[in-house]
Amino acid sequence: MARDETAQPGRAPGNQAGRGSLRESLRDLPRHVLAPLPLAPLQPVLRRVVEHVAASHRELFGRLGPHAGKKFLIDPTNLPFVLVLQPDSIQPQLVARRRQPVPLHDAKITGSFGVLFAMIDGRLDGDALFFSRDLMITGDTEAVVALRNALDDLDENVVDSLAAAFGPLSAPARLAASMLRSLTAEDRHDR
Amino acid sequence: MAMTMAAAKSELILGPVPFHWSVETVRDFYFRIADEAPIDAVYLGEVVCHKRAPFFAPYLDEVANRLKAAGKRVVFSTLAEVMLPAERRLVEAVCAMGGDLVEANDVSALSHLAGRPHHIGPYMNVYNEDTLKFLAGKGAVHVSLPAELPANALRALGAAAPALGVSLDVQVFGRVPLALSARCYHARLTGRTKDSCQYACEADPDGLALDTLEGTPFLAINGIQTLSHSCLNLAGELADLQAMGITGFRLSPHSCDMVAVAEIFRTVADDALGPDEAEARLAALDPPGPFANGFFHGAAGCIRTGADRAQA
Amino acid sequence: MTAEKLTRPELVCPAGTPASLRTAVDAGADAVYCGFQNATNARNFPGLNFTPAELQAAIAYAHDRGAKVLLAVNTFPPAGQTDLWKEAIDIGAGFGIDAIIVADIGVADYAARRHPGQRLHLSVQAGAASPEAIGFYCREFGVKRVVLPRMLTVAEISGLHQQIPCEIEAFVFGNIGMMAEGRCSLTNYATGLSTNMDGVCSPASQVQYEEDAERNLTTRLGGFVVDRFACGESAGYPTICKGRYHVVGRTGAYHAFEEPVSLNLSALLPDLMRAGVTALKIEGRQRSRAYVRNVVAAFRKAVDAVLAGRDPEIASLLALTEGHRETQGAFQGKTWR
Repeated sequence: MARDETAQPGRAPGNQAGRGSLRESLRDLPRHVLAPLPLAPLQPVLRRVVEHVAASHRELFGRLGPHAGKKFLIDPTNLPFVLVLQPDSIQPQLVARRRQPVPLHDAKITGSFGVLFAMIDGRLDGDALFFSRDLMITGDTEAVVALRNALDDLDENVVDSLAAAFGPLSAPARLAASMLRSLTAEDRHDR
Repeated sequence: MAMTMAAAKSELILGPVPFHWSVETVRDFYFRIADEAPIDAVYLGEVVCHKRAPFFAPYLDEVANRLKAAGKRVVFSTLAEVMLPAERRLVEAVCAMGGDLVEANDVSALSHLAGRPHHIGPYMNVYNEDTLKFLAGKGAVHVSLPAELPANALRALGAAAPALGVSLDVQVFGRVPLALSARCYHARLTGRTKDSCQYACEADPDGLALDTLEGTPFLAINGIQTLSHSCLNLAGELADLQAMGITGFRLSPHSCDMVAVAEIFRTVADDALGPDEAEARLAALDPPGPFANGFFHGAAGCIRTGADRAQA
Repeated sequence: MTAEKLTRPELVCPAGTPASLRTAVDAGADAVYCGFQNATNARNFPGLNFTPAELQAAIAYAHDRGAKVLLAVNTFPPAGQTDLWKEAIDIGAGFGIDAIIVADIGVADYAARRHPGQRLHLSVQAGAASPEAIGFYCREFGVKRVVLPRMLTVAEISGLHQQIPCEIEAFVFGNIGMMAEGRCSLTNYATGLSTNMDGVCSPASQVQYEEDAERNLTTRLGGFVVDRFACGESAGYPTICKGRYHVVGRTGAYHAFEEPVSLNLSALLPDLMRAGVTALKIEGRQRSRAYVRNVVAAFRKAVDAVLAGRDPEIASLLALTEGHRETQGAFQGKTWR
């Protein structure tokens, strides 16, 4: 049959590492190691993050439009908790929850922490992550697309500006951000 | 009553055969239309693939004369997709021979026809009154509107048309043309290309069914064209269309009994048959798919809704 | 390659947001195209596109750096709703936009009459692929450039160049639909939202993804299953023309129209430039800054290399492409049809 000779065989780079590979075990390590830790200390940090972004990037809500009040369940598969984001313009919320029972949500975004972080950080393309099956979306697809586009319009340095928001702790926060970048670059190796 | 007056002016139109039927089938089909069908105007010619055109060309005059002798107006339609030299030559030839009775289905044809009276086909994008006005200024006297236009847009176009000296038609029966491509999907299916197709499309007189992976009937392939699986049926909307100033109702040919289809629509247009009875009679004729009318109601084209029934 | 004198082509790049526009300009775009947050453009997606104020600021940013901004007003207004399209034309022209990309005859006529000095480009959505059709738009509306449908070979583009009175813009990278642009109602048939009138192909509001326990992914559009991907298999956009179906004569799931592949003509850049292509277009206003940065930078480098008489080296962009597969589509030859 007529076929494009230039076409390469379909392959999902994000899934090259087979199940149970060393890379995958390492990536999933935090989910097990961190599992016993309580979530309570995390909540004020998350609140600070979401309040900072909401206050400093009001244009986000214009882009989110009717989707601003929706609940996004963000599932970083290699962490022992999920995040529930409600990007409300007045009372934005970002809280950590256990996976079970499944928190109420309109849409769910699933991917390794590294993939989700790199996407927020503007380093990886959401569509490409979907093509490679590194990113999965269920529920209200339109809300997720709106959120993705709204976040993508934030300046390149959103993670840095977040780090800066931690006042006296901004230096360690910046260091943490840069460590996360180099660590999560390992999550995908086809850039 | 205004509606009765409008109904009196309604014309039944037979669109061009979009499929690759054998020449004998096409000839006999049109002879029977000439002799038996209550149709006012017949659009002839190949609109989908230039490679099919030579087959019927030797019979074109005979068929056109027979139709004219039976009192039907004959209009020659041009190709919908024009890019290759052979396609351009075909369009130019049709535009040259048809006098003022040529239907342009792309802007290439329009460039030949501008300045003299002509028709605009449903493959041209006439979505609004500004486009309609521009085309009327170039000589368009009749426009067949795109199948996906919803009622409110049809109403606005219907209101604008009389002052521009343009009459309008919409398709009311048959599979709906949904897309065109440079690639031939019938050829692809048989491992060939458009150039080496060996007329694979001839095997499917109403198009080849595409089902979803769940087994839901969805679309139909016809060479470079993609059609709906469902069969458009606006018998229930005919009165609304008449009230909007749409004066032509276009039937798109299928292998089912098109004379009977025409008789049913003629009766509905004349307000002598209710839509429910019409639908029951049409369903008995083995149409190419289940009935749908979603586009008219601003909904998904695949949907069958009875929302406006009560008003009709 | 001999030291051949090639005209410098314009690299035309996509921007769905102001941040993307700045990214494209900084990465070496000669021109950036964008649209308003409504149905007047063919990428009317949630959270995407520009407010008038954002567009004005974006034009200033681009002009300060020697780049142009093109406004896509390239959908077809349904009767009774043309005011929104006229407003888009007026705002763009008022801001001193470098060109407006139009498709609808009524919209083109309005722009040409109301803003006679405004440069107009003919959108790919107009589907003009013959010298007669292109010439008509040039004559009637003073169109200065045509964006060619992705169905012509390089040889055909070269032939066309000799026969039309305007510049040619050709797609060189990105997602390619299989259907002739501006003439596809597949999305409307399945969802009730129209590509031509609403500016959406496979709107997100009508897309559903389902992954089962074995990580098999099912994509639905308006309830119709468009495709299924096995665990680990590269996925594509949930578009009807890239989907798999059952058809008589084929066993199993069949890509009836096209497989999920992306266009990449980086290897054909010298040929396209010789064929008389004035502008090279990158698709993807719906994509992220990361995509814009990578693709624009790669093509900037490749075009500059060709102009300097070197072979175009293109960084691998495969990871960004649909299905992780690339094609030269119709451009390579007629067998694609």
